[in-house]
Amino acid sequence: MSANAVPLDSAAPLEPPVPTKKPIKTTGLHIGEAEPGCAKVDPILVVDNVRRTFGGLTAVDVAHVEVPRGAITALIGPNGAGKTTLFNLLTGFDKPDDGKWTFDGRPLAGVPAYRVARMGQIRTFQLTKALGLLTVMDNMLLGAKGQTGENMFRALMPFLWRNQEEENRAKAIDLLTRFKLDTKKDDYAASLSGGQRKLLEMARALMSDPTLVMLDEPMAGVNPALTQSLLDHILNLKSQGMTVLFVEHDMHMVRHIADWVIVMAEGKVVAEGDPHEVMKNPAVIDAYLGQHHDEDIGEDPDAEVEHVSAMKELLDDER
Amino acid sequence: MDWGAIFNNAAVELISPTTAAYALAALGLAVHFGYTGLLNFGQAGFMALGAYGYAISILTFGFPVWGAFLVGVGASVVFALILGIPTLRLRADYLAIVTIAAAEIVRLLFTTNSFAAVTGSANGLSGYKNEFAALNPLADGTYGFGPFTNNAYDTWLRIVAWSVVILAALLVWQVMRSPWGRVIKGIREDEDAVRALGKNVYAYKMQSLIFGGVLGTIAGMIFALPRAVVPSNYQTTLTFFIYAILLLGGAATVLGPIIGSMIFWVLLSFFSGFIARAVEAGWLPFMTAIQGGQLRFILVGVAIMLIVIFRPQGIFGNKKELAFVR
Repeated sequence: MSANAVPLDSAAPLEPPVPTKKPIKTTGLHIGEAEPGCAKVDPILVVDNVRRTFGGLTAVDVAHVEVPRGAITALIGPNGAGKTTLFNLLTGFDKPDDGKWTFDGRPLAGVPAYRVARMGQIRTFQLTKALGLLTVMDNMLLGAKGQTGENMFRALMPFLWRNQEEENRAKAIDLLTRFKLDTKKDDYAASLSGGQRKLLEMARALMSDPTLVMLDEPMAGVNPALTQSLLDHILNLKSQGMTVLFVEHDMHMVRHIADWVIVMAEGKVVAEGDPHEVMKNPAVIDAYLGQHHDEDIGEDPDAEVEHVSAMKELLDDER
Repeated sequence: MDWGAIFNNAAVELISPTTAAYALAALGLAVHFGYTGLLNFGQAGFMALGAYGYAISILTFGFPVWGAFLVGVGASVVFALILGIPTLRLRADYLAIVTIAAAEIVRLLFTTNSFAAVTGSANGLSGYKNEFAALNPLADGTYGFGPFTNNAYDTWLRIVAWSVVILAALLVWQVMRSPWGRVIKGIREDEDAVRALGKNVYAYKMQSLIFGGVLGTIAGMIFALPRAVVPSNYQTTLTFFIYAILLLGGAATVLGPIIGSMIFWVLLSFFSGFIARAVEAGWLPFMTAIQGGQLRFILVGVAIMLIVIFRPQGIFGNKKELAFVR
């Protein structure tokens, strides 16, 4: 399929969703040139030589990358670039063949997923994992850390955990109100719409007061109206002092809210930088369009259309 | 046709110790399958460990009742650990295969002639009831009314059995409404999501496997007290009957397994009495008495199928849940 033959405009959204208020961008995050693997002033997550192969395929091979603290970092790249695999590795859901990484100065290699989460690095999933047959409130309460009543023997003595439970409940109500889910608190999570589940998953992650929130495609399958409130929520995370790392395909969103962009292609970090600058990087254009983008690569033509249109929009916007 | 005797015999089953044993085993399975989502197909193995643990402790080692009880419980904890350590990290269906095989291994170990001196091989064990009967505070005589009239030992056994069931039900009810139970139910829905929220899913699944297994083991002891311990009682069909009871009552409920067990046994006894007399009276000329004995299981199967088709959430299950079953 030739890229030229695609009606580009039809794939573009009519009204790109933007946050309700102008985001305040954090700048001056890096030291030296904005190149792949460049050092950050205050990194929260430092990754070294992390490699993951599936048989003959090298899904992730990241030499060095640092995620800046207190900023919103976007991890972008074409389909199959290894973004989600890197997410899984960093959060302990998958084990790398090789490599080490630190979170807040603490080494994380070999640490199981639940310990990673307890350290304050909370993730969400690309395919939303709302716990369907639990109520929205129970979903939220499950997110709270260090619950006395989660020990089997203490569970038998409600007086030990009742106060903590009330505190968590109040906190959950507060979060649900912010995410406009408070009226749904007694419904099964399965009854929520796809967008509401994304909101619930994010709100649930916030129950544990994380320091680093990792969102895997927070906007996938969310309608534009909800996208707007999701964007606001992500910006709020930053203003509350949290660091955000997210994977996203929607370039508008990336450009509007990200302070820093890391671009992956074929498992490697190919570019880094300010969201406006990085899109002009030849390595990024190659990554999305391919060095031989007139040839039929015979794989996922829809995704190709998406990227082509996204890149075209960006280039148009930059002019 | 003596309808009075048929209904009388059916009513006896309502509070029989066997019904209590099945209720307790089903309650353990509710913890495994209904709440945690663990596909344990080896509940018969847990029950066998309870029955043999209790009987062997008393007959071979001369333990007191509480000592024999602890041996049975200890054996099932060890059994749960052996099952769980290699399989709980894997997908749920692996646990199903391992548990069904492990339960068969347990049964065959008790059947084999090599240990006949201790296990009694295929003939099983008997004569371990005196120690339990000695604890009976009731004076000799008959107690109860109508179909529920029993001698002192049987009344004592019923009181103990149902007290244990009620206690276990309260225990399950309490832990399942606690934050612990919330994590357990979360694991049933999606264990990766629960892991991402900082819960040690593996440890929770292990606790659940041990908890439900111990309930099954105590059920095995209650099951053994009114009869002898015979290995053929602990075949996989026992596990399937318990699953039938669980689905009948409602998988993620506390009352479901108990009421389910009562319905199951009353129906079984009713059909058994009805068919036996119907064959006698010549109502079923194409059938021998032996065939009639098997027909009751077919009829119970049909009854359970009807309930599962027309009330798939079970008697106490929440209809709302079904709207979202994937």
